[in-house]
Amino acid sequence: MLLHLVRRTAILVASLAVSSVVVFGFMVLLPGDPARVALGVNASEEAVGRLRAEFGLDRPLVEQYASWVSGLLRFDLGRSYVSQVEIAPQILHRLQVTLWLVVCAMLVALVIAVPMGTLMAVRHRRPSGFLLSALSQVGVAVPAFLAGILLITVFAVRLGWLPANGWTPPNEDPAQFLRQLVLPVLSLGLVQGAVLTRYVRSSVLDVQREDYIRTARAKGLGPFRALWRHGFRNAAVPVVTVLALQLSTLLIGAVVVERVFVIPGLGSLLLDQVSNRDLVFVQDIVMLLVVAVLLVNFLVDVLYVVIDPRLRAGHS
Amino acid sequence: MSAQPAGPIDPTRVAGQPRVRRRPGPSLVVGGSIVAAVVLMALLSFVWTPHDPTLVNAAARLRDVGDPEHWLGTDKFGRDVLSQVLVGARTTLFVGVVAVGVAGLLGVPLGVVAAMAPRWVGETLMRAMDLLLAFPALLLAIMFSAVYGGSTLVAMIAIGIATVPSFARIVRSGALQVLSTEYVLAARAAGRRSWGIGLRHVLPNVSSLVIVQASVAFAIAVLAEAALSFLGYGTPPPTPSWGRMLQESQELLFSAPRLAFVPGLAIAVAVLGFNLLGDGLRDRYDPRLEDRR
Repeated sequence: MLLHLVRRTAILVASLAVSSVVVFGFMVLLPGDPARVALGVNASEEAVGRLRAEFGLDRPLVEQYASWVSGLLRFDLGRSYVSQVEIAPQILHRLQVTLWLVVCAMLVALVIAVPMGTLMAVRHRRPSGFLLSALSQVGVAVPAFLAGILLITVFAVRLGWLPANGWTPPNEDPAQFLRQLVLPVLSLGLVQGAVLTRYVRSSVLDVQREDYIRTARAKGLGPFRALWRHGFRNAAVPVVTVLALQLSTLLIGAVVVERVFVIPGLGSLLLDQVSNRDLVFVQDIVMLLVVAVLLVNFLVDVLYVVIDPRLRAGHS
Repeated sequence: MSAQPAGPIDPTRVAGQPRVRRRPGPSLVVGGSIVAAVVLMALLSFVWTPHDPTLVNAAARLRDVGDPEHWLGTDKFGRDVLSQVLVGARTTLFVGVVAVGVAGLLGVPLGVVAAMAPRWVGETLMRAMDLLLAFPALLLAIMFSAVYGGSTLVAMIAIGIATVPSFARIVRSGALQVLSTEYVLAARAAGRRSWGIGLRHVLPNVSSLVIVQASVAFAIAVLAEAALSFLGYGTPPPTPSWGRMLQESQELLFSAPRLAFVPGLAIAVAVLGFNLLGDGLRDRYDPRLEDRR
């Protein structure tokens, strides 16, 4: 158990270090000087030189990297070259908005996927199972931004029940916040739910073939009861893995959905900074997204051991 | 579980004997037909489109579906929607082919090497692949666009690189299975070199896995291209692309929602086609899944 934890932590730290070098190197190695890019082609050499000195771009690369990483560790990301605003508070503010979307979408996905996937597995040879399976295939094929546009057309344009876009912070007007949250969360959550459903189905199908479920059924438990009592914990391990992998899809999916619904989240911030050509800001946001994905993967690996005691025995 | 052997290799099949023909499953038929239709649309667009897809015609703005001259109507600039969808299929397939090609060309050799090289090399390669998974296609493409500006080439390369790990992982696990078979042992005993074993035994035996993965990766590439073009980082105008058609339709959702439906349907159907084709091929090549269908 402890060995497993130490090993995983070492992998996490190494991954974080390598990815920070990759992100930093990517932005440094690419053609174009960030100061020149920020000021535009018409800026004088003098102005570019001043900006380079002000932001330490004239220092050796190793020094620049070290100061960037130490800034990341303290979450002090300095100011933007282009807009001169403090980067860290901006990111934190926008991250809250995106987290609302991602967490709610994940809940929606789970609420859809666990019952649907189980039903599909238990009924997999019957027409109802086949129908649900076909439905989930269609769901997987619809990208979240398309789902968003379709939902807007139905619920905002045709029925007029919900606003087509916008964002109100929850502490300002909770009712409006919820109304505006519904469509973006559904467009992210329905699609992820369809993907997750297929994994739940195959995971439950695997578990159903196990001897302990057969024994439970032979003792007289119904198919759902047997699964509930003995199967779900076992089926959960692969599903949790997929759920974690989906987090990165959701975070990135949120970028596009935020654009559809005009939501001021992290994705919109990233896209705005890309069009502002603010490379350092882009670098910080990308790194934050990568850190989030790596951290979640790490937590899931640790969580396995909690879900499945057999792994605990295997590693101790 | 059936009594069939596990994995992509079928040792019960004797060389020289024909494979037992099975009827293709419904996924394969439906998926294959959809993919064939998309390919036909793209090919057709080279020789014929009802109108010039980029021709701006103020007199024919926002025609409805069913218009005698413009069967799927026109957009806000009077451009013919059907012609744009046809040429858009070409864009989508082009991006898919190049992206999947990049992913396969890098991922397959990496997977084989990771399986055959000393353990630490394989482990290091796979850790690197895990790390690459933390950079999804869209994020990579946005990073690339931040510096190079959005273009079809940037989109294709970014999507391709992001898909490398899935190829490498699948090929590695397949290759490890092949390497544990007796015929590889026999080849080793006969003095065949590693690269000879890789080329003669490993690659042909993992090819079915690669084909299945290519189909799935194609679906991912179509989705990523659509999303990128939707954000304005994919195919630049005036080249028609389904994602950008969707983006352009968004401001007219209240007055002309059909402008969103047509490219939206094209994207969803194409992705469905490639996913079903992948499922169908997997069912056909992987006997373990036979009773799952």
